Formats: sequence, structure tokens, C-alpha cells
Amino acid sequence: MERQVLVVFPHPDDETLAVGGAIAYHAHAGSPITYACFTLGQMGRNMGRPFFANRETLPQIRERELRTAVQALGIGDLRMLGFRDKTLEFEDPKTFVTIISDLIAELNPSLIITYYPGYCVHPDHETLAAATIEAVRLLPTGERPRIHCQAFSKGHERDLGKRDVILDTSAVWEHWYRAIKAHKTQTAARVEALETSLNGSDEDRMDAIRSLSEQKLYTYPL
Amino acid sequence: MQPIQRQEVQSLLDQFTGQAVYIHLETTNGAYAGLHSESATPVGAYIRNGQVTYTRGTITGAGSYRVGLKMENGWIYAEGLTDWEVDDAGRLLLAGHDREGRLAVALELSLTPFVL
Repeated sequence: MERQVLVVFPHPDDETLAVGGAIAYHAHAGSPITYACFTLGQMGRNMGRPFFANRETLPQIRERELRTAVQALGIGDLRMLGFRDKTLEFEDPKTFVTIISDLIAELNPSLIITYYPGYCVHPDHETLAAATIEAVRLLPTGERPRIHCQAFSKGHERDLGKRDVILDTSAVWEHWYRAIKAHKTQTAARVEALETSLNGSDEDRMDAIRSLSEQKLYTYPL
Repeated sequence: MQPIQRQEVQSLLDQFTGQAVYIHLETTNGAYAGLHSESATPVGAYIRNGQVTYTRGTITGAGSYRVGLKMENGWIYAEGLTDWEVDDAGRLLLAGHDREGRLAVALELSLTPFVL
């Protein structure tokens, strides 16, 4: 069990799609979890399938989706930081280092979960991942929390090797699945496929459950 | 949003003519465009709350529409628009969706600033 987990991502759904299994795993173990979500994903392209959101209604809809997902995963403390999607890399980087440093000072996390800098594709991901590492490096060596990162850029395994953190999420796969379903505007296609498998043959159902029964991450070498 | 009704959109463009309007204009193929395809690279452009006054606004096309706004010293246009809505705030929202329903282009006009 962790003393406190701090999750840092820019978009509602990053917490679920990138590391939902890990969050549900830590919540299930009784670890308190704070999620710092920096934007409302205002610029998302997915509007539901068939689409039901528009550019102006999307932020409110995604906030509701996020609150449902956060509950499903067992996150007790959601902080919404109020930045604008796709603009983080144009802000002063110090802004984010300061916000994350303040959160670390307030919460004293034993574990931080974010993206792996250099291997997370979206400019907002890269900005916050870099700021998180920077904020942790500002701490004295003995006081630093561990950092678990998710990577998904093309060829990341070639550089980073295999993931070293392997979590058995079989006890919480339904929590993870409920969170995926909560992000309705963003996940319709995936939910449809999972739903079909879960309602299909025993073998299809087992495959679907297995796909949500393990989460692998990298420990960031500080 | 509903499939574009050309005449109705045209009459709204006429209503906004000559007024200082806030504009939201964007087009994107998504930040992940390069992740799944070797050939694609993410491209996009975005203006939110630019304030402009146009002298002539025109919608053309069929099924997939184009809107051009002629200003005293320039032009604004959007291509690939498929759906429209006038929301509760009286704003004209136009969007172009791809076959999967993802937004590819948006052009929106409002007399008050869009929320940031």
C-alpha cells in the first residue's frame, strides 16, 4: 500500500486509458489517490459515436465523464487545474513545475504516476511529464517519491526495454472497465468491441477480461 | 448538431454581416495522426476569439459545405463542414465530421467571447 499516490495528466481519460488499471489497483489496496487533471480536453476530436457533443458542449460533457470515471477507479481527490487543451507547451514551463511541487509538498506522495517524457506523443503529455520529473528532481534525493510512467510512442520499447512494473488488476478489471465506459465521447468504439467480447463466447469473454487484468508501467530512473 | 441546411445557415451568415463577431476556427487531423500512420504528420490550426467584421458571408457546396467570409482586408474560409447548430447563446456552430464522427474542422461565430 502507498502512503499517497499523485496522478498527473492533462486530459480527462488519460487517467483511465493510460493507467486506469494501476489506479484501480492502488485504490483497491487502500492507497489514497489524488488526480491533478490539467485541462478539460476541450479540443478533443471524438464527439461520441454517433457524435452528440460539439466543440462548445464538449468540456462540460467531458467533466461529467471524468467525475464518473474517477469514482469508478476509486480516486478520492480530483483537482481540476483549469488549463486549455493543446496549449500547455506554450505556457511558461515553470508554471507546471510550481503547481506539481506545491502538490507534492501538500500531499507527500510515495508514488507519482504520469507519462514517460519523450515517449508520450501528445505535446500536453510531454509538457506535464517533463514538469513532473523536474519537480521531483528539485527534492533532496532521500525525499523523492517513486515515479511510474506510461509510454506509447512508436518504438518506445526499443529505447526503454520491457516494463518493470507489472500489476495484477484482475480483482479490479470491472472498475477499470466502468471508467473506460464513463468516457463515452472518447471510447465508444473500444467499448463496443469490449462489450461484444464480454457478451460473446466464454473464450471471447475471458480474452476481454484478460486484457483488463494486467497493467504494466515503467519506473522512471531518477 | 444537425446536417447543414444551406439556406438557414446562409440567413444566419447574413445576420452576422457587418457586426464585430468573435470567431472560432480550427482544423486538425489529431495529435496522434503520426502514431498510426507512417505517412501522416499531425497538422492543425486554431483561432479562438479572434474578432472580425465581415462584409459578405457565403455558404456553398452540397453535402459537404464551404463557408467564406469576406472582410474589408482579407478572407476567412472553412471547408468540409457537414453539421450545424445555433446554440442557446445564439452562436452559429458549424463543424465537419469524418466518417467516424470525429471533428475535423469547425467554424463558429458569436457576438460574445467564447469561453476559455
